[in-house]
Amino acid sequence: MTNDEIKTFIENAIKENRVMLFMKGTPQQPACGFSMRASGALNALGVKYAALDILPDPRIREELSGVSGWPTIPQLFVDGELVGGSDIVMEMFESGELAGLLGVEQPELEEEPEPEQPVQQRPIGLENRLN
Amino acid sequence: MPSAEELRTRIEEALPGAEVSVVDTTGGGDHFRAEIVSDHFEGLTRIQQHKLIYDVFGDEVGGAIHALSIKTETPSPAGDGR
Repeated sequence: MTNDEIKTFIENAIKENRVMLFMKGTPQQPACGFSMRASGALNALGVKYAALDILPDPRIREELSGVSGWPTIPQLFVDGELVGGSDIVMEMFESGELAGLLGVEQPELEEEPEPEQPVQQRPIGLENRLN
Repeated sequence: MPSAEELRTRIEEALPGAEVSVVDTTGGGDHFRAEIVSDHFEGLTRIQQHKLIYDVFGDEVGGAIHALSIKTETPSPAGDGR
């Protein structure tokens, strides 16, 4: 896979998935505390989202940062727009802004809502092609 | 290896007048948390505010600086939390 193909894949993933999270590891097995917090916030809100593990190929991160202008991982996109990294996502989660943006109810923080299974097809597709 | 003090100085140089505190969160010289209050952030989105800080360090973020957690605020004379 060429760098251009990776870039196009990333751009399409952002375009085609309303809520798109680029992270280290997967929502089931986050490989970094920051990625774990970002996917945890989305899980707590019970929204469907697509997640892409950037670790299998270092070029994914390079191309992603080229597209977004954002240097760190995770990166959350909603409606094709970069929302932010884990600090911004957590700030917006705690203030209820993220729930508003995603059009869901802010959960009671005392309860542990049942997380919806995130959509995983696309990320796995990319990983397979890269391997 | 960068120190919290070095990061703080560089942010202050980039954003004159900013109130900056930087903590080395693990003591290992590669994970930092920075809190910055500056009127340079006025009128910017949170994304743009954080990018201002990332831009101070360029490629070092993700390199020598493994993680840089950022909290930005504008001074709020009215004290209304904004």
